[in-house]
Amino acid sequence: MNLTHDFSPTPEVDLASGKYVKIWHGPQHPGITGNMSLELTLCGDEIVNCKTHVGYLHRGFEKLMERRTYIQNFPLVCRIAVPEPTFNEYLYSAGIEDLAGIEVPELAKWLRCLNLELMRLGSFLMWLGGASGAFGMSTVYQWTVTHRDYILDLFEEMTGARIYHMYISPGGVRAPLPDGFKDRCLMVMKKVEKLLYEVETTVLNNAVFKKRAIGLGVISSDMVDAYGVTGPNQRAAGYARDTRKDSPYLVYEQLDFDVITATGSDAFDRTIVRYQEMHQCVSLIRQMLDRMPTDGAFHTPTPNVLHWKIPAGETYVKAECTRGEYGYYIETDGSEYVRRVHIRGPSYTHAIAVMEKLVIGANIADVAGLMVSLHTYPPEIER
Amino acid sequence: MTDKNDYPTLANADLIDAERSLFCDARPVPYEPYPVDFVEKFANWVRANSLWVLAFGTGCGAIELNPLMTSRFDANRYGIQMRPTPRQSCVIVVAGYSSVKTLKRIIRSYEQMQGPKFVLGLGICSLNGGMYWDSYNTIKRIDQYIPIDLYVTGCMPRPEALLAGFIELKDKIKAGQCDGTNRYVKDFDWYKANQKKVIKNWDMPDYNW
Amino acid sequence: MIEALKQRLSEHFQLTNLTIKNAGLAFLWVEKHELEMLLRQLRDFEGYTHLSFIIASDHIEKNQFKLTYMLHNYDTKHDLGVHVDISRVNASMHSIHPLWAQAWTYQRELKEMYGIDFPESPRVDEDFCLEGWDDMPPMRRDFDTVKYCEEHFDDRDGRATEENRQTMKVNIYPERGE
Repeated sequence: MNLTHDFSPTPEVDLASGKYVKIWHGPQHPGITGNMSLELTLCGDEIVNCKTHVGYLHRGFEKLMERRTYIQNFPLVCRIAVPEPTFNEYLYSAGIEDLAGIEVPELAKWLRCLNLELMRLGSFLMWLGGASGAFGMSTVYQWTVTHRDYILDLFEEMTGARIYHMYISPGGVRAPLPDGFKDRCLMVMKKVEKLLYEVETTVLNNAVFKKRAIGLGVISSDMVDAYGVTGPNQRAAGYARDTRKDSPYLVYEQLDFDVITATGSDAFDRTIVRYQEMHQCVSLIRQMLDRMPTDGAFHTPTPNVLHWKIPAGETYVKAECTRGEYGYYIETDGSEYVRRVHIRGPSYTHAIAVMEKLVIGANIADVAGLMVSLHTYPPEIER
Repeated sequence: MTDKNDYPTLANADLIDAERSLFCDARPVPYEPYPVDFVEKFANWVRANSLWVLAFGTGCGAIELNPLMTSRFDANRYGIQMRPTPRQSCVIVVAGYSSVKTLKRIIRSYEQMQGPKFVLGLGICSLNGGMYWDSYNTIKRIDQYIPIDLYVTGCMPRPEALLAGFIELKDKIKAGQCDGTNRYVKDFDWYKANQKKVIKNWDMPDYNW
Repeated sequence: MIEALKQRLSEHFQLTNLTIKNAGLAFLWVEKHELEMLLRQLRDFEGYTHLSFIIASDHIEKNQFKLTYMLHNYDTKHDLGVHVDISRVNASMHSIHPLWAQAWTYQRELKEMYGIDFPESPRVDEDFCLEGWDDMPPMRRDFDTVKYCEEHFDDRDGRATEENRQTMKVNIYPERGE
């Protein structure tokens, strides 16, 4: 492999010459995804240098988790990535089960998978609103956030909470599906599908959106491995890589879906890939509702969680979240406390190293659109 | 007009000399109510019905501000809307925990807002630290650093709870009970001492106006 | 597959240990001075082109930091964690930012959170998550976060916090709590 890419971070510019002006994009800014900031150096309205600043949401989770027992960590992990808590719950539970040698019942696997796909759809809807808002179409934002709320209603029924579900516990899930959930879920899927077709006409075929997004922020194919780009950002660059297909977890092996790719690797193609993945989510949810077992155990008996000691070992579990590879590295030392947990969020590289590269040469008006097309969530960067 | 020298000024001791002349060194001034009572009441009624919220997602609570502001819960009905700049807004929502790094930005945004201004604490972790009670990077009580008018507790508070909180805040404003602006002015030195205790690299003026 | 890889690597490197976790995950240990060459070999000839993360964990009882470089091979769908033990005193490590362009971010985080120095890594001394931090690097095991909180942040009156070990001993399982 011959990598010709320039690895060095962006060079410093001479501010004293008076040619450049430095402005801050965030943390208090409507065009930023979450609480982070970009320090932009401009020449005219063209960006010549960018430094990302993160850490506004740093809570020291990895430290806190070393102080808490395994079950005390369970309500903590879902707070790590706010818009997508269930991926944290699933991966934490999967890691613990792997280390403790617990087998999860069949029904629990289906319920976990359903929960993850609903979350993925909800998170994509939120992103779609942000993406169209960043390109000046705030009406779509109103539609999609409302449709996400229908999914949150399903979550409320399924788990009891809108945002932080605490549903996927080590050993299984906390509850089976309520009666009549399938019909209501299918109804919501119908609504979402209708919305998606409307979005296709208003956003994806919109001349303004196309004009601005095509060619914006191209991730070249040699950047993909050098920067560790994963998820839809990687698939939009033409790589058919999806953790759900490559190393299947839960019930993805039994479901019928294709890996969606595009070739342009710009903001527009990334939007198209995510748009098609939303249709894929709807299809996956329908398949699962059809083929899910209706009864059986949903939780394996675990040892007394107050005194749960897990044998020494280490593991790395990962899943495909909306943004890419989400992983948990867990190291245990045989005591009641975890030795080390590391959360690998895909935004870590997307929002820091990749963003700093892509934004060079863009106009200041396109920064928000570019940022949102990478789909980054700051809370999983700084944890 | 009184001479500027009559008022004590702020030292701005942490700024470098080259920057000191760029910033104002005046202390904050209290909000003086209108001398006629019914004019003040009318002003409060007007204020309560156009709450402009600073769009600053300081923590995870910001996730529920999206449904609140869009068509399902539609807070615009109550005259609540998001503004992108502190100069136009009168409410700041401290959405959950605030890390020390964010606290600095919250203070800076808060001080730039026009008075009378109101602060809504959202979530249990702004009230007493919540589940981050032992985190080395999150503060436990936001009311030691900026004056809070109302808390909406829970983790995560639902949009309905937030809406109820906003309505409660409106009632308090109408009754003239939200005196956060003046509390901040009155106890300015206490607030500053608390802020400087946790924010180690204080490289901004003492009062960001 | 992983056995064959081990055979090939053993010809050039001194691998101290290898654990096969399952079909898709293995961990191997390597000496500090061989790490960069090993990673280069894995990236260029064995297909481990994706760097998932770099982390450290503090093994204070052995006076060591354990660094973990997690690599992924997209062709064989295999994850490989490479462990390196480095001394906790004046901890320092070679930078691998010429190999992966994102590595400098992780190294900057390790410098801040553990105090491990990466001499040639760009921008390694800048603040990452913390701002104006003047205490011990917080992810070290001997940094006491509760004590730090008590010194810097005040509790609201009426809030009671209990250490779970104590609670279990007193309230829940008096005979079983440690």
